[in-house]
Amino acid sequence: MSQGSMAQTAPSSAAVNYNMDVVRWGALATVFWGVIGFLVGDVLAWQLAFPALNFDIEYLNFGRLRPLHTSAVIFAFGGNALLATSFYVVQRTCRASLYGGKALPAFVFWGYQLFIVMAAIGYVTGVTQGREYAEPEWFVDLWLTIVWVCYLAVFVGTLLKRREPHIYVANWFYLAFIVTIAMLHLGNNLAIPVSLFGTKSYSMFSGVQDALTQWWYGHNAVGFFLTAGFLGMMYYFIPKRAERPVYSYRLSIIHFWALIFLYIWAGPHHLHYTALPDWAQTLGMTFSIMLWMPSWGGMINGLMTLSGAWDKLRTDPVLRFMVAAVGFYGMSTFEGPVMSIKAVNGLSHYTDWTIGHVHSGALGWVAFVSFGAIYHLIPVLWNRERLYSMRLVSHHFWLGTIGIVLYITSMWVSGIMQGLMWRAYDELGFLQYSFIETVEAMHPYYIIRATGGLLFLLGSFLMVWNVYKTIRGDLRNEAPIGTPATVAAE
Amino acid sequence: MPTNVEKDQVSGRETTGHEWDGIKELNTPLPSWWVYVFWVTIIWSVGYWVVYPSWPTATDYLKGTFGTTNRTQLHETMANVAAERAPYMERLAALDVSEVVNDPELLNFSMAGGKAIFADNCAPCHGTGGSGNPGFPSLQDDAWLWGGSLDAINETLHVGIRWDANEDTRLNDMPAFGRDGLLEREDISDVVQFVMGYSNRATDGDAAQRGAIVFEENCAACHGDNGKGIQELGAPNLTDAIWLYGGDQATLTDTVTNSRRGVMPAWGDRLDEETIKMLTVYVHSLGGGQ
Repeated sequence: MSQGSMAQTAPSSAAVNYNMDVVRWGALATVFWGVIGFLVGDVLAWQLAFPALNFDIEYLNFGRLRPLHTSAVIFAFGGNALLATSFYVVQRTCRASLYGGKALPAFVFWGYQLFIVMAAIGYVTGVTQGREYAEPEWFVDLWLTIVWVCYLAVFVGTLLKRREPHIYVANWFYLAFIVTIAMLHLGNNLAIPVSLFGTKSYSMFSGVQDALTQWWYGHNAVGFFLTAGFLGMMYYFIPKRAERPVYSYRLSIIHFWALIFLYIWAGPHHLHYTALPDWAQTLGMTFSIMLWMPSWGGMINGLMTLSGAWDKLRTDPVLRFMVAAVGFYGMSTFEGPVMSIKAVNGLSHYTDWTIGHVHSGALGWVAFVSFGAIYHLIPVLWNRERLYSMRLVSHHFWLGTIGIVLYITSMWVSGIMQGLMWRAYDELGFLQYSFIETVEAMHPYYIIRATGGLLFLLGSFLMVWNVYKTIRGDLRNEAPIGTPATVAAE
Repeated sequence: MPTNVEKDQVSGRETTGHEWDGIKELNTPLPSWWVYVFWVTIIWSVGYWVVYPSWPTATDYLKGTFGTTNRTQLHETMANVAAERAPYMERLAALDVSEVVNDPELLNFSMAGGKAIFADNCAPCHGTGGSGNPGFPSLQDDAWLWGGSLDAINETLHVGIRWDANEDTRLNDMPAFGRDGLLEREDISDVVQFVMGYSNRATDGDAAQRGAIVFEENCAACHGDNGKGIQELGAPNLTDAIWLYGGDQATLTDTVTNSRRGVMPAWGDRLDEETIKMLTVYVHSLGGGQ
């Protein structure tokens, strides 16, 4: 590329007519579904501590609410956060409005909401494929396929009409997320409907092939939905908020391709010590170990981008959300490879440790980085001077952090205890505990976990209030963070 | 080539010269510790592939030099446990239950084994430690439906209760007096009052008196003239405060009207002799062994 052309493509004041409608809707949908997902999650947590809380109503049964919770937080909350931020980031970093005019992005947004609603109605009424994180039945899957292809078209179309010479790293991650999720969705949901007008279908796979397909899907949903997609978010909002250049371009390339290549193999670690052939278990485990550094590449780039701007953490709770998210990301992407080791997995599998691990990623990484992005975006999208209240953001941060810490520490203790009790033998080689004794032992930790979840939920209510007031245009009269609060009284 | 390369004041690094929406990138090389650890995990993985089953080939897969699989590990562990237990198991097989309890070492072994086996097989119905659940008798008291001696417990474990697949199973059937029209509503109400009278809980003295006749004609044959039950028939004692399904008026009325038909599997069809002996010793020890 010639020097001349580069100089011309440097940021100019040439106004681009960005399509921000769909981003605004997505931001609101993120907040809305987030609160619903957290609420259902905490109801489930209390049900586990006190099973009578399902009130013997079939629609409130744990088995039906559980997929409602997971889908609400992953696909509704996380999905809308990705939809909103990807549409925002791709426009801003390409200096181009969304491909497809007003109509196509709007179809993607509303089509995706319809998918969420159809899936949710299915869960509570018992219409499900029974595949973890892929519960929606065939007709809902077909609808999502149409929506997703349009999403891909909008995103790639926007990249193609960009007015920047290069594609920014955040967009690689978003694109990897969109493409891979399409592939996973199609592969895992291959099913034959029983009848054209019935909801029931049967999977094309059976037995161990079925299990392997499911966890190829399940693990890469974590890898490409909850990791790659949110890394895309991180790569835009952290340097933006910190006002610092990204730490290492080279690291971003290497860790991107290493992550993409290695993640796709790791699924079999969900099937250690099962009927899955040993060789597949080995590959799943070793690729998970090799995934450690590629995962940490994102953490390094996120944290090191702060060098020269660490002082901002004192005054900007929005940035604090995102940096804490990267910290939790680093922690859970270390814990993951450790848990994939067969000797460790023999203890941790099927216990609450897994639940704790998932939530340090889901609450700590996915939710926190999304909160950061939302708090950054709301004033920008509605042209407000600033958020209604930074102090409320700070309170949200601490409620959320304490909630997560209670959640994951109680699940570590409960999970490891559970695993140890299951395999405890007396000196004569007889099992020491019955299953029900392990359930009884977990009770106090379930209460701690549910309390942590409640704090997290309360924090999200503060976000709703803050977002509402900001959009209304209100500004809370308060001293900036980092100065004594009494100043506000003057 | 990018032309807008700048020097970052904080880190002293150069930027790549690209910029997107105000975001720039530094041209920092890969952190060396990151590269080293990445290589270590790769080398470790390759080593793991050599010793454990790994890559598939066209028709087979690499078996690994250690020659271990999940299956061999399981067999090894199971064989070790079996070898450790073998001396006890041989003696358990040779001795009668009554002899087992007189051998301190074997008693200790049976108690440990019985506890684990009970937790796995019996606790779901009889409760942890045999504390019982509605419809499933407590094994901690001295009220026994089919006898609480070592031999009786051993027999019950073997053949089960109302277990159709076992022809020697413990079997009795209380008639559904109401449902099958054997007794009128009033008679049932009377006999319930009479039975409650055994534990001084009758609320209607006249009804209880009328119920005495109903009891004598319909119930005494199995539950005994004094209501104390007959173990050989598996008919429970009605005079104690121990109730399998509940002793309140509504539950008793339901029991007399519709009968009950609790079932216990014949464990002799599922567990081996030694295991049932251990279970017998354990259950006998829970509190009420006779």
